[in-house]
Amino acid sequence: MFQVGLTHFLVVSTILFSLGIYGIVTRKNAVMVLMGIELILNAANINFIAFAKYGNFGLNGQIIALFVIILAAAEAAIALAIVLNTYKTFSNVNVDEIDKLKE
Amino acid sequence: MDFYNIIFFLFALITIVSAFIVVTSRNIIYSGFSLLFTFFGVAGIYVLLGSDFIAVVQIMVYVGGILILILFGVMLTNKIVDVEIRTGASHMLPAAIGVGILFGALTAVMVFTGWKSEPGLVPQTTTVDIGKLLITDYVLIFELLAMLLLVALIGAATIARREKE
Repeated sequence: MFQVGLTHFLVVSTILFSLGIYGIVTRKNAVMVLMGIELILNAANINFIAFAKYGNFGLNGQIIALFVIILAAAEAAIALAIVLNTYKTFSNVNVDEIDKLKE
Repeated sequence: MDFYNIIFFLFALITIVSAFIVVTSRNIIYSGFSLLFTFFGVAGIYVLLGSDFIAVVQIMVYVGGILILILFGVMLTNKIVDVEIRTGASHMLPAAIGVGILFGALTAVMVFTGWKSEPGLVPQTTTVDIGKLLITDYVLIFELLAMLLLVALIGAATIARREKE
């Protein structure tokens, strides 16, 4: 009888991770790069929680996933502040055109 | 247990298809709203893995906080009135090949490694136990994260502040 197991969750998280890497590498807009980072963090969280259930580690994996979510919130706030500052300086947010630290 | 499989494949399909739209859509607004469905799908996968509290935190923090922040970032950094909202992409083919190789290698590792798999022993509701662990074993990390969020708040406000000319 077919049953969804650990491997299926790991494969889903691998697909999510690869799509996040693809987004970071190909997109020019800095906000799109941020979205790719969020996809990668979600993939890591799926791994943590899947191993917490199937690896019999109790609740430790879930708490690490909670910390990852908190760090992702802090990271998104700081990164968007930097993106807004970049937009004020360069009038665009394309990561391939921003090659100076100041005007 | 057949119902479990159907629900799993439904959420996995939602997650992967919307994540694909996120990274391939030419319109950044479509990407932002597809990210909403990705986060919901991941929250469903968390519920299937028996972590109800993390799923609720995922919906509240990601959908209620980070996604709104990202959409604000999109709207503040694009000229909505000039249709300049499309974003370019570069190096599509080399990136696709490299990511394909990476995906193949990672999938091979995930599938062919003999993971020790013994499900069970996750309680029905995890909120009480997570709360107890947060104020006993993980209390130092908990307090450090509170400090980190305060520093991030002050830092973001300082960086994004408009200077008086």
